[in-house]
Amino acid sequence: MALSGIQIYKLLPQTNCKECGFPTCLAFAMKLAAKQVELSACPYVSDASKAQLAESAAPPMRLVTLKSNGHEIKVGNEVVLFRHEKTFYNRPGIFIKVRDDEDIQAKVEPAEKFAVSYVGMDLTVDGFAVEATGDPDRFVAAIKTLRQISQRPLVLISSDAKVMAAGLAVLNGETPLICGADANNWEAMADLAKANTPGGPPPHSGGHGQAALVVKADSIEALADLTEKIKGKGVEDLVIDPATKNLSRLLTFSTQVRRLALKKNVRSVGFPIMVFANDSILAAQAVAKYGGFIVLDEFKPETVYPLLVLRQNIYTDPQKPIQVQPGLYEINNPKPESPVLVTTNFSITYFSVANEVESSGLPAWLLVTDAEGMSVLTAWAAGKFDAERIAKAVKTFNVADKVSKKRVVLPGHVAVLSGELEAELTEWEIKVGPREAVDLPAYYKQVLV
Amino acid sequence: MPIEIPKDKWPGSVKTITLGANSDGGTRTSVVTVGGEKALPFMHFEAETPYRPAVAIEIKDRKPDDWSTPLSEAWGDAMNDPAKWARAAEAAGADLILLTLSMTAVDGSPNTAENAVAAVKAVLGAVGLPLIVFGPGNAELDNALLVPVAEATKGERLVLGICEDKNYRTIVATAMANGHLVSARTAMDVNLAKQLNILISDMGLPLDRVLMDPTTGALGYGIEYGFSVMERLRMAALQGDAMTQLPMIVTIGAETWKTKEAKVGEGVPAAWGEWRERGINWETMTAITLLESGADIVVLRHPESVKRVKAAIADLMVAA
Ligand code: SF4
Repeated sequence: MALSGIQIYKLLPQTNCKECGFPTCLAFAMKLAAKQVELSACPYVSDASKAQLAESAAPPMRLVTLKSNGHEIKVGNEVVLFRHEKTFYNRPGIFIKVRDDEDIQAKVEPAEKFAVSYVGMDLTVDGFAVEATGDPDRFVAAIKTLRQISQRPLVLISSDAKVMAAGLAVLNGETPLICGADANNWEAMADLAKANTPGGPPPHSGGHGQAALVVKADSIEALADLTEKIKGKGVEDLVIDPATKNLSRLLTFSTQVRRLALKKNVRSVGFPIMVFANDSILAAQAVAKYGGFIVLDEFKPETVYPLLVLRQNIYTDPQKPIQVQPGLYEINNPKPESPVLVTTNFSITYFSVANEVESSGLPAWLLVTDAEGMSVLTAWAAGKFDAERIAKAVKTFNVADKVSKKRVVLPGHVAVLSGELEAELTEWEIKVGPREAVDLPAYYKQVLV
Repeated sequence: MPIEIPKDKWPGSVKTITLGANSDGGTRTSVVTVGGEKALPFMHFEAETPYRPAVAIEIKDRKPDDWSTPLSEAWGDAMNDPAKWARAAEAAGADLILLTLSMTAVDGSPNTAENAVAAVKAVLGAVGLPLIVFGPGNAELDNALLVPVAEATKGERLVLGICEDKNYRTIVATAMANGHLVSARTAMDVNLAKQLNILISDMGLPLDRVLMDPTTGALGYGIEYGFSVMERLRMAALQGDAMTQLPMIVTIGAETWKTKEAKVGEGVPAAWGEWRERGINWETMTAITLLESGADIVVLRHPESVKRVKAAIADLMVAA
């Protein structure tokens, strides 16, 4: 949480010596609070004050970045508890777990190749988590095998620092997430996170070591104690793991941590949250309620697909619904006699309709009307999708010049508009289509052909 | 290091509503009470959650023509008989039943009041659970079917729906006259929801007989709107805005099983995975997301989803 001018003033020397170029320390403090000057303009600030001011300027929730060859994922740095207050920014990472004694190729390959198209985006998993079963050589071999299949960021799981060190050595030049530190091994793990490469992290790296570190404990207090100790060793890219798969415990923990970080500025818990999910409901909760890194026990497309879609939905900026450009879209090379289907410019609506028609192979003109990015029903209820707007779209996009058969098909949900639309578009035949996009191909074949 | 957990203190609370009755004309053997929250969902460290969210199963008065295969496989022959279907739903763990009346009879002729009343009575006779009855979703036909249903079941504390701005008067009037409740639906908007609640309460129906259906999109089809509107409605309720202090019901099954992902099994991308499990995931993930944004009653369609969502609710109701 940023400090106020008065709070900053209390940290300044209060001598009003004017060397900073301002008449008083208070004036300088006000400018600092407004981020219009640099602290370095005052030569007399104590080291203690400097540290406190630097701390207050940092985001309340740490941004943790994992890197690998050609991939990067950023998690954390969230600023609200509820997406309607602003937006959620950095989508939680979704990782697939594999044990080092499993058939790595069999589990990783399908997940690596997985890509699913949703409203024009290709969704994929973010990376993999490799869990050691005890033998460092086996761990190393598993990571090497995995790296031949996938270059995505990795989470390494072992509580044994020796095993972890062996695994980390394979990932030179990357920033994986290592999992992790607990009350017993935190010093050794912190050393690993900090100094994975020979010679340790570059100077002035500000805590950016070679790996981010998961810290595990079963209470908020215990976690805060551990993160403070680990930060004391210079490792700051931390992720906290409440060590639970219970829905209620995880929801309570995640909510309390998010509140402590954002409302009370408690830095010792201001980190992304680690979730190990053995079922789809727990994973879904973690997406909606504050999960940071979500590691799935299994890779199943029928679970991962809805999970990735949920993540996409929840992390959409509520201020900016995903819209498509209003206009007349061609689907399957329409001819002048092909029908004109009307819909709104809400991206999900557009893609549902476009995908249906496209996959049916039937040619059509898709008239996307400007409904301020709302779906058919919502836009209609809000008065943003009415006969006037549709008629305007028909004219603006010169639809009459493109077709020989003047025929428009309304979405079934707005059948009530057909009368008004007939009055607006006197030379046109107005048809009422189905309510749902999924029923369009059948309707098309029955009614329009 | 001791850390003080910040607790929200809310001045308001959600109304407590009981569905179904076992006296004064009511013949239910169990009733369902929802609402009463004094904090955001499942925040047991701030306030007791007096009632767990309820799970309703949606059935129809005749075998639907357009339900997807995973659903007809799950319910089988029971779909041909509303009484059997209701018993199967009870066996699947339903806390209550939502009976949706069809637009037409099997032969395509419009549904009739006699048929609607017979179906409702059959379900009431088959199970002792509370019942929600929805019309087919056409204002005129809804009124024609729901009024005789309400009159024939006086005192049962049914929930009648869908009560929308274009037809609320008739449904609210018959609910008032016959001791029933209503479900008030608006299109994913805080102010529209409040307006409809005001209109209903202006007619004289006490608000503890009104459920609020803010509408949701399923996962992938606008769930984020439902999610945020429900969070905002619940926060407004807790802040003390009386016109938002109603328990919320969402028809997740209906929204889920009309999406292509749940409805269609052939000719879809391989990356969509196995059909039945995908549909169930679609339904359960939508449910958990909306339960955690304030849903008090979730209406589902697949029995396996009901099992999983009930287990999740049971977990969530235990203070951590
Ligand atoms: S230089 Fe520092 S001590 Fe001097 S007036 Fe500015 S803020 Fe105060």
